[in-house]
Amino acid sequence: MPYASFCLVCRGTACESSKADTLYDEIKQHVAANGLNDQVQVLRTGCFGFCEQGPIVKVLPDEAFYVQVVPEDAEELVHEHLLKGRPVERLIYREPGVHALGNIDQISFYQKQFRVALRNCGFIDPENIEEYIAREGYVALERVLFEMSADDVIKELEISGLRGRGGGGFPTWKKWKFTKDAQSDQKYIVLNADEGDPGAYMDRSMLEGDPHSMIESMAIAGYTVGADTGYVYVRAEYPLAIKRLRTAIAQAEEYGLLGDNILGSGFSFRIEIRLGAGAFVCGEETALLLSIQGERGMPVQRPPYPAVKGLWGKPTVINNVETMANIPVIIMRGGAWFAKIGTETSKGTKVFALTGNVRNSGLIEVPMGIKLREIVYNIGGGIPGDKKFKAVQSGGPSGGMISYENLDTEIDYETLTALGSMMGSGGLIVMDEDNSMVDVARFYLDFTVDESCGKCVPCRVGGRQILHLLEKISKGEGTMEDIQRIEEIGKTMKETSLCGLGKTAPNPALSALRYFRDEFHEKIPAEVREDAV
Amino acid sequence: MAQKKMTLEELRKLREEKRHSVQVRDTEGKTIQVTVGMGTSGIAAGAKETLQTLVAELAKHELTNVRVRQSGGLGLEHAEPTIEVRVPKMPAVIYGRVTPDVVRRIVNHHIIGRELVDEHIYDRPAADILDAGDHPIVNGE
Repeated sequence: MPYASFCLVCRGTACESSKADTLYDEIKQHVAANGLNDQVQVLRTGCFGFCEQGPIVKVLPDEAFYVQVVPEDAEELVHEHLLKGRPVERLIYREPGVHALGNIDQISFYQKQFRVALRNCGFIDPENIEEYIAREGYVALERVLFEMSADDVIKELEISGLRGRGGGGFPTWKKWKFTKDAQSDQKYIVLNADEGDPGAYMDRSMLEGDPHSMIESMAIAGYTVGADTGYVYVRAEYPLAIKRLRTAIAQAEEYGLLGDNILGSGFSFRIEIRLGAGAFVCGEETALLLSIQGERGMPVQRPPYPAVKGLWGKPTVINNVETMANIPVIIMRGGAWFAKIGTETSKGTKVFALTGNVRNSGLIEVPMGIKLREIVYNIGGGIPGDKKFKAVQSGGPSGGMISYENLDTEIDYETLTALGSMMGSGGLIVMDEDNSMVDVARFYLDFTVDESCGKCVPCRVGGRQILHLLEKISKGEGTMEDIQRIEEIGKTMKETSLCGLGKTAPNPALSALRYFRDEFHEKIPAEVREDAV
Repeated sequence: MAQKKMTLEELRKLREEKRHSVQVRDTEGKTIQVTVGMGTSGIAAGAKETLQTLVAELAKHELTNVRVRQSGGLGLEHAEPTIEVRVPKMPAVIYGRVTPDVVRRIVNHHIIGRELVDEHIYDRPAADILDAGDHPIVNGE
């Protein structure tokens, strides 16, 4: 006889400390005492990510969601709900507009995530176009081709407030409009999937989990700006993403969603894949375009911007993977829907790769404006071993540290920049009390020195010098002057480097100095330190 | 996929036919659905071994009513490999840290025995926005 009910007791570490184990034992005992062993299965689960309301108990299939359940509640819970089928109202999770009984799906926002760009990841089989179609796939393309003008699309993007998710945060509608307004016999769409930040894998996951949303968005962009060809620039280190993208393109062509006269609309669009060899600088848009053209990937001076003069000198829209993943939803739900999510200046959600010293590492998507504390402690489940939080490195080698004092900052493009970091593509690496900030800065400088293309002096020479000084300090051979010198060189690099790589390369060192100067001082031998002070 | 270039009407018809079939698949007598998270990180964590063991175990018990499919990463990278199990009249469940041994337990206890497997149940990380038209985040709350 199969079980009629399942009683799930949360077993996240935070809940355990609030007596979830005793609760589990109590529930089991009462289930047995009431003769329910054959009807109710009591189970322990992974963290539900709602720790401040823990311990949490879910009863399925009734979909009752109980919070702050203590061992003393076990008897009532079992007797009332599991035996008599009367949910215990006083323990059911509530907040305005929500009563967590019978509709757990609707209250899943308790986890603080909201998945727009990742809407299909984990739901669909990425190698089956029909599964994408079944989940509103190609509805947006359909609508654009048959019901909307190019100006309508750009208007909708403007209303949405969508900004580039690759780092800079430039308004997407403006990019598209510049290219649309440019006069040319040929225009291009380029998808920048050259993800290279250490610890970041947002693009990879989206390409692997939902490749058709990229195809659909690129076709929409093509229609809007008047381009008939798109290129995906993806690094060769992502073989699975490439394979799934290839399969998806072939299926879209077969179904008539790419190629000539799409769905009989008269609009034609093709997509080709170009593989990058893994140079970090090729994520910079001008270097990326040169690389597609078969040349050495080195940045060139802007303006002119690619929107006006890009691939082979033709107007080109370059968008990042996550930016594109939002497009179909904006078209389907409308820009106004999208603009309800997020902060005043930063609309929508952001995908972050949450890694480092955090319990629940993973790819997360949260509304802009969420507090870092919620990300680290609610979604991330806190730091293993209950160590002290020290900092989060955001924005990869171009970003900076966010320290404990700023855990409650609402994250958006502007606030992160004000803190000396940046949104970047969305890597979040959590560091605890055991991590040395001097070493973290050194790690990132080592990375950017390796990846500098060497074209401009500030980046080529400056980066190496900062790295050298950091190594010196790390070995305990530094002086107070060395610290000053790092700041001087860093400032010069920011002001004079040719491209974003050099402009942002000193950030990890500068922000480490801004928030953790003491750690640098501690590494300097006492006799030298006293002299300088 | 014998489909050839579609017209607008054909696309709409196909979408209507397939709508929600991602969740509920009762075609071809396959009433049970198991989805294995096969992103790069899932595979690195052992998802291929999990999948192979799953297929072998289903064959061993001659469970022809189970459809095995793949998806990309779910976002539960800390708990990979992950699989989702949908059995009619039972709650849909996502399991994490599914080693070959755990997947054998899932086949024997969940799919055959109709009980859940303890210590491996996780939650989908967020609501499906396709179902969340009145989600509080977009209702100005």
